[in-house]
Amino acid sequence: MSCRYTFGGDEHIFVEVDEAMSLEAFFVSLSMTNAVREANIKGVTEICPANASFQVKFNPDVIHPDDMMAELKRLEETAESAEPVLDTRIIEIPVYYQDPWTHETLMRFRERHQDPNATDIEYAARINGFDGVDAFIEAHSGAPWFVSMVGFVSGLPFLYQMVDRPRQIEVPKYLRPRTDTPRLTVGYGGCFSCIYSVRGAGGYQMFGITPMPIFDPQQKVSYLKDFMVFFKPGDIVKWKPITREEYDAAIEAVQANTFAPRIRNVRFSLDDYNADIDGTNAKLMEALYAG
Amino acid sequence: MPVNVISAGIATTIQDMGRPGYYHLGIPIGGAMDRLALRTANLLVGNAEEAAGLECVFVGPELEFTEDATVAVCGAELPPKLDGDPRETWTAFAVKAGQVLSFDFLKAGARAYIAISGGINTPPMLGSRSTYAIGALGGVEGRAVQPGDSLPLGASVRAAKEGASVPAKLRRGPDNPAELRVLPGLYWHRITEEAQRDFFDDTWKVANEADRMGYRFQGGRKLAFVERDQPFGAGADPSNITDACYPYGSVQVPSGTEPIVLHRDAVSGGGYFMIGTVISADMDLIGQLQPHTPTRFVKVDMETALAARRDRARTMDAIRNALVAS
Repeated sequence: MSCRYTFGGDEHIFVEVDEAMSLEAFFVSLSMTNAVREANIKGVTEICPANASFQVKFNPDVIHPDDMMAELKRLEETAESAEPVLDTRIIEIPVYYQDPWTHETLMRFRERHQDPNATDIEYAARINGFDGVDAFIEAHSGAPWFVSMVGFVSGLPFLYQMVDRPRQIEVPKYLRPRTDTPRLTVGYGGCFSCIYSVRGAGGYQMFGITPMPIFDPQQKVSYLKDFMVFFKPGDIVKWKPITREEYDAAIEAVQANTFAPRIRNVRFSLDDYNADIDGTNAKLMEALYAG
Repeated sequence: MPVNVISAGIATTIQDMGRPGYYHLGIPIGGAMDRLALRTANLLVGNAEEAAGLECVFVGPELEFTEDATVAVCGAELPPKLDGDPRETWTAFAVKAGQVLSFDFLKAGARAYIAISGGINTPPMLGSRSTYAIGALGGVEGRAVQPGDSLPLGASVRAAKEGASVPAKLRRGPDNPAELRVLPGLYWHRITEEAQRDFFDDTWKVANEADRMGYRFQGGRKLAFVERDQPFGAGADPSNITDACYPYGSVQVPSGTEPIVLHRDAVSGGGYFMIGTVISADMDLIGQLQPHTPTRFVKVDMETALAARRDRARTMDAIRNALVAS
C-alpha cells in the first residue's frame, strides 16, 4: 500500500492510503495520524483520520507546505513498521430496527428512492441477496463494526463491518438526498453504517434508530460529561436489536440520565483478525459480555 | 448592559475567529466568513481583533443600545443608520444609550460585520462564541440571533476613536466578475484534460444555495471523468470516492455538474471527489459573493498561493497601522 500525497490548497495536505476501503487502509490511516500527533510538528492545527485516507491542516506561515509534505512522508515509514494492534473499547449500541420514526420519514421521501415500493431495509435486504429483512438484520447486527471515521457533522460515526469482503453489505445512497433525517437514525450508504448525531439532511438508507444520544453540546448526558462527542475512530461497535418496549425503557433511562452504555476495553490485532475473522469477533463478544 | 435585538435580518449570527481543533469530529472551525472584515471592524471600535461580532447576510438587524458604545460596520456595503440618520461603513461611530441602529438596503457584497466596543460576550463553547447551528454550538443558545434576544457586551480593551476610518484603498470587496484562485489537487486526476481546461475557461455563477457551509456554482460545462472501475466502498457514481476528509475551500463537483466550495462551516467529510482547493487568501472574498455573481476560477500554483497569502497579511498589517498606530 503506497500512499498518495496531495495539497488541499496552501493549508492542507490530503493523504489517500488506498482508493478502496479496507481495514488495512484504515489501520494505516489511524497509525499515520497517531504518528503525526506524536511528532508534534510545529504549525499543525488539525489531524483528521478518515476511512482510507487522512488530512492534516497546517499554518503555512509557520511551516512551508513542501516541508510539511516531507515530514508526513517521513512518518509513513514509522507508521508502516508500527504493529497493527489497537487498544480500544467495544460498545454495545441498541438499535430499534424498522422503527415508526424513520419509517414515517422514508415514506415522505419515497420519490427520491431507488425502489419507491419497498422500505429502505427491504430494498437493502433484497439487493444484497438476503432472504428477507430478519436475515438482513441478523447480518447487520451479527458481526461487530469499526468506527473508521468521525465527521460529516457533529460527531457522526462512519462504521465499517468486521467481515470479509464477500460478506460486506453494500447499498447505494438515496437518488437525491433527503432534507430530513431523524436524530439518532442508524443509516447505511456504500459499505458504511452511520448514526446521524443530529437531525438534518441525509442520503443514507435508514434502517432503524438508537435511543442512545451520541452528541450533547450541553454535556448533560452522564457519559458525555467529559466531552460532547461520544465516538472516536478505532472504537468497535456491536449493534443490539431491541423491541419497542426495550426502546421505550431505554428512552426513559436516557431522560432520567441513568442510561449507561455497555463498554469494555479490548485489544484488537489486525494480524489475528486476518488469520481468523470469526474467531476474533467471537473473542470480542466474550469481552463485551463478560462480567 | 446588553444590546436588545428588535429585528434580526435574514441570518444574523454571532461570529469570532472560530474553534479550531475539532474538525476530526465533524465540528468545523466556523467563525466569520470574511475574517478581514470582522478583524477590521473590531480594530475600529477598540476590541481585540478576534472579538465576537455580528455577521449579517444581505439584511441588517435592528439593535437597541442600553449603554453608550462605539460601533463599526465592515465588509458588505450595508449602510448603517442611527435613529434613522445615515452613518458610514468602515468607520467608527458613537452610539448613545437608547439609540437604535438599523440598516439601509444592501449596496454591494453579501455579509456585513458589526463590531461593538467590548465585543459580544455570550458564553464560549469549545473556545469560541461562533454560532454553529447544526451542532447547537455558540451563538445565542446554539442558534442565530432572534428578535427579543439581549446580547451581553464585554469590557472595552482600548479606547475607541470615533470617526476613525479605513482608507479606501485598504477596503476589500469582490470584483465583478469575481475571481477565485484554485490550487488543483486532491482528485484532480479523476477528470479528463478537456474537463480540466473547461473548468477554468468557463464563467460560473453563484447559485442560490450559498451559505456558511458552502457555495454552489452553476452554468459551466459538465465535467467528464476518466473512466475507471469504481473502487470498493466508493459508490457507483464516477464522482464518488471512499468517504474522505474535505479541506476548507475544497471544490467538490457531485456528478460533475455543479461545483461546491466548502467554507467555514464545512461538513468535514463525505463521498464526493474534489478537484482542488480555493487558496486561503481568497476565502474571505467568497463570503461577499451574492447569488448570480459571475465567477471565474483561476488556476494557480503553490508559490502564487503563498504570495497571495503574504499579500493578504500585508493588507491586514496596513489596516492595523492605519487604525492603531495613528
